[in-house]
Amino acid sequence: MTLALSNESATRSTRKSGDGRAWSADRIVVHALLIFFVLLAIGPILIVVLNSFKLTPAIFGGPFDLPTAKTFSVDGYLRVFTRGNFLLNYQNSLIVTVVTIALTIVTATLAAYGLVEYKLGIAPVLGGLFIVGIMLPIRLGTVPILQIMISWNLVDTLSALILVYTAMSIPIAVTLMVAYFRTVPTELKEAARIDGAGEFRTFLIALPVVKPGLAAVATLTMLPVWNDLWFPLVLAPSKSNQTVTLGVQQFVGQFLNDYPALLAALTLGVVPLVVLYIIFSRQFIKGLSQGVGK
Amino acid sequence: MIRPTTARISLALFVLPALTIYIAFAVLPLALSILMSFFSTKDTAGRVFVGLQNYYYLFTHPVTSARFWNALLNNIEYFAIHLIVEVPIGLLLAGLLTSGLLRRSEGIYRTLLFIPATLSVVIVGFIWRLIINPLWGFVHFPLLGNEMTALPVISLMSVWQYVGIPMIFLYSALLAVPEDIVEAARIDGASNWRIFWGIKFPLIAPQFGLIVILTYIWTFNGFDLIFALNGSAPGPNYSTDILGTLFYRTFFGSSGQVADIDLGATVATVIFTIILVVTAVYFWLVQRRLKTYQI
Repeated sequence: MTLALSNESATRSTRKSGDGRAWSADRIVVHALLIFFVLLAIGPILIVVLNSFKLTPAIFGGPFDLPTAKTFSVDGYLRVFTRGNFLLNYQNSLIVTVVTIALTIVTATLAAYGLVEYKLGIAPVLGGLFIVGIMLPIRLGTVPILQIMISWNLVDTLSALILVYTAMSIPIAVTLMVAYFRTVPTELKEAARIDGAGEFRTFLIALPVVKPGLAAVATLTMLPVWNDLWFPLVLAPSKSNQTVTLGVQQFVGQFLNDYPALLAALTLGVVPLVVLYIIFSRQFIKGLSQGVGK
Repeated sequence: MIRPTTARISLALFVLPALTIYIAFAVLPLALSILMSFFSTKDTAGRVFVGLQNYYYLFTHPVTSARFWNALLNNIEYFAIHLIVEVPIGLLLAGLLTSGLLRRSEGIYRTLLFIPATLSVVIVGFIWRLIINPLWGFVHFPLLGNEMTALPVISLMSVWQYVGIPMIFLYSALLAVPEDIVEAARIDGASNWRIFWGIKFPLIAPQFGLIVILTYIWTFNGFDLIFALNGSAPGPNYSTDILGTLFYRTFFGSSGQVADIDLGATVATVIFTIILVVTAVYFWLVQRRLKTYQI
């Protein structure tokens, strides 16, 4: 496992001294291509956000125009909030995501520490079992999952989603945390044990060293859970338990021709995650590249 | 230092919570799903072992098998479009970001290019459906309403969303390529193009192979985008039906179809086998031969 991004700053400094500072043809081509792809990536999102603040005729008349005093309107948002269940959907998504992240971090951190610390014959086998899980298509077990949830009376509860998402997130979280725990110096743990700390106290003492790993796991767990449509659809479809993703899906089905409301609903679905992502993008990309990069 | 008994008990206590949840809600359901595909629950006597009967039905029943082969072929097309569009563009972007020609802008480009991958598939589907709706006037042809264009167009929406994943993956692989090798080639007068294909790409070939197989796994697990846009019987005339939507429709039912748990488990097992066999063959035949350079 290579901590690829830790090389980044070192790489940068050598690069700066390397190439000339002039705008060579190569540099212009590289920037032009990247700008083209950036526009392709965020253009459609911007069009949706922009037009969500306009009146219907302005949406169709000039989709690229900024909203003016005459065309500005938040009617779409008002309709989303009065007819949809957005606040409730947000609350559900938030509960599911936060509890899943917390459960994943606690269980995966414990497991990873155990796997690294106690070098018994079975440890690599267990580690391998978790690694396999990264590629395991958990959705294909939906039929038995649904039956388990029915027999436990968990159908149409957020708990059902939390359990499945935690199971889905644990493999990559454990694998990632194993890599982080390998970097904890043995002396630290030995010193703790000599001071009379038990195994759990020793774990707590090692914990601060792997803090960046916890952040990476959190950011990595968040997206697939927040964005999933399959399990909310199967396990928690009722109005009171809908997550944002399912809520948007159902809302759009009902208001097919109300463009301002549709655009507003989509904007509400997009903006929180994009803002969170931009704030945490460094950690996120670090986590992602380490998670898949082995 | 640690006594063997202490080690054994501690390992069990530390690993057990994660292992229990993982086994109970991921491993066990998959195993049970395979088991269920050999049983029938339609008999009044309860669960009856029927051997390969469910599979026989899936592959020979005129309507059901036609739907299955249609979904499989569509899924292959869905994967192929990702393979020939998403992976190369991801590689191109990763190569551009690590070309050594960018300075502070590298991080900005990287962040912006990855934004679509953070969105919900449902939202991506609707954004594009609004934009390409002839009603809005950007496009004058009902791309999603035509049997020929619907699946390629939906595939490209998915490519648009996920191109950031191979990009970031290959980007972090390229960052690990030691700068001194690249620098040496540059001093010898090699062009950026030659440095990329002659030095960098061979070094990241294993990661490139891995992203291809991951794309295969992800596309054969596809469901959300197509369901969000076209529902559980994805039209027009099942032209956008893939294995994920077929699986959902089979075990959950839809307007034109009764739910069938047994057949659902069978479809799930077939999909699992399709994914597993190709992945295993890939790791045995290809990944082992790709040289991993110690860098």
